[in-house]
Amino acid sequence: MTVLTAALVGILYGTGVYMILQRTLTKVVLGITLLSHGANLLLLTSGGSAGLAPLIGRFTGDDTVADPLPQALVLTAIVISFGMTVFLLALAYRSWQLTRDDVVEDDIEDRRIAALAHRGHPPDPDTVPPRVQDLDEFADEETGAPE
Amino acid sequence: MRALLPAPVLVPLLFAAFTVLAHRSRPVQRAIAITGVLVALVAAIAILVVVERDGPQAVTLGGWPAVVGITLVADMFSALMLVISLVTVLAVLVFAVGQRHSDDMLAFHPTYLALTAGVSLAFVTGDLFNLFVSFEVFLAASYVLITLGGARPQVRHGMTYVVINMIASTLFLTAIALVYATFGTVNMADLAEKMGTVPEELRTALALLFVVVFGIKAAVFPVFQWLPDSYPTARAPVVAVFAGLLTKVGVYALVRTQTLLFNGDLPDALLLTLAGFTMIVGVLGAIAQNDMKRILSFHIVSQIGYMILGLGLFTVSGLAGAVFFLVHQIPVKTSLFLVSGMVEESAGSTALDRVGGLLRRTPVVAALFGLAALSLAGIPPFSGFIGKLSLVEAGFGSGDYVIVAVSLVGSILTLFSMAKIWNGVFWGVAERPTAAVGAGAGRLKVPALMTSATIGLVAVTVAIAVLAGPIYDLSYRAAEGLLDPAPYVRAVLGS
Repeated sequence: MTVLTAALVGILYGTGVYMILQRTLTKVVLGITLLSHGANLLLLTSGGSAGLAPLIGRFTGDDTVADPLPQALVLTAIVISFGMTVFLLALAYRSWQLTRDDVVEDDIEDRRIAALAHRGHPPDPDTVPPRVQDLDEFADEETGAPE
Repeated sequence: MRALLPAPVLVPLLFAAFTVLAHRSRPVQRAIAITGVLVALVAAIAILVVVERDGPQAVTLGGWPAVVGITLVADMFSALMLVISLVTVLAVLVFAVGQRHSDDMLAFHPTYLALTAGVSLAFVTGDLFNLFVSFEVFLAASYVLITLGGARPQVRHGMTYVVINMIASTLFLTAIALVYATFGTVNMADLAEKMGTVPEELRTALALLFVVVFGIKAAVFPVFQWLPDSYPTARAPVVAVFAGLLTKVGVYALVRTQTLLFNGDLPDALLLTLAGFTMIVGVLGAIAQNDMKRILSFHIVSQIGYMILGLGLFTVSGLAGAVFFLVHQIPVKTSLFLVSGMVEESAGSTALDRVGGLLRRTPVVAALFGLAALSLAGIPPFSGFIGKLSLVEAGFGSGDYVIVAVSLVGSILTLFSMAKIWNGVFWGVAERPTAAVGAGAGRLKVPALMTSATIGLVAVTVAIAVLAGPIYDLSYRAAEGLLDPAPYVRAVLGS
């Protein structure tokens, strides 16, 4: 049983990491969800082998009861990862509202500096991508700042 | 002590609830927030006084015995960090209130106080899982703060920040699960006792996992790229408090786990190598930028390297240098970002080619930047000099000459990039001036409250330089406590 859980943890981590490496935000969110499921399952398993009776009702004191502490910890961890995932989904939706695209954007300032270094001379306003600050003003005009 | 130790955590949380109740009136909300931070600061100072007199203090929450329940512990290191963090939090809050285009929307004050509570909890908790919870508390608040406003740049860069931190948190949880599977406890004092019961290889593997986790949080060399990408687009007070506190909490957790739990289980010179690369890569990144906020963001990374250097030396004087450097760095870094917020407020931009000649037009801002920048670069007699001097001396003391040379090169490059900001912002003329810079040559106005908040924080950095002797003594005692955890363990578990 523990081997099965260990394998499942491995699969969740592997698929989670693979999904996070994609450029589509929805896949990144799903990847983080899988990764945190993997971590939660690992935390649950850290209490001992699976299949032991839960700590419930009257406790006689023999050792056949599952360790309750990891169960309490994992409950907290699940709530936290749930909340964070909801926030991330809201952020991804906001990003889609603003860009109508589900792909992680490039860092424009980085590209600008890379272009400068590549050419080795001062910027030419026609060919170099716009600065972040300029986009900033543009974005504010277009969308306004909601509450 | 029983009421005092949880106060820096509980008071901001309680006042966060009050600010939600008072959402109809902005002045009331502001007054509540400032009162909350002030009360927490007074409690933190009281904790420092008690710890200074009686040694490490511990409280178990809910009356559960130490290993089963959650323990709060304050030793000298925690108490110092608490006090300096809350001072910084207070200054940034006053600054945020003073802004002309006020940022304090409905969500700002409750979130800011929750962030304060999370940071305080990270400093006083004696339980590894509770440390994870405290990280999540202040990270959740920081996710809201960094995307506040929801405009395009905030969402784009906030996304990087949120995703990276969530991955790091998952790794943190993984590390905790493995620690529990190994030792059957997550109480840090109990773990310190039980460390000897497992083979050294296992301890090293766990120690490395924690280096990765807190390395991401603290923006250490191979995993720092998220920081300069996400910080510069946030609003001035938000980025100021992040710059001052959040990466430093990562450093605190790294120091705490590597000293109390894994007492020197890491491979030799690993941390020193990371420190060297962090310093140099960070400062080279800063030199390449041409926006004040971006230069300063890369400097956060570079300065983290000095703290890791102190930890990597793993001697009392090295750790004392690291503690002193942390205490100096939190207000200095924050005040530099506050200055960049003042530049943005008065001149309309922080891009080096869009502003210029501000020395004549905002002399106070220029003076504040000068003081903080010289301190950051480590010019005597400022606090950065004393921090770097103690690290260099510690490096010579243990014969690590290479890392000392690297750190000195890093300092010179820091000075160079600070001069770049000075030339671009306070001297010269703007190539493509903003509306405010282009319109005449009169004085530019900065709201008085913003100026006084920044002056207050810069005064704190000067005070650290003036009181360097006593503060270094406290740092030295903190370092002794880190390397000899017996009093800490005794305070938690009893004798």
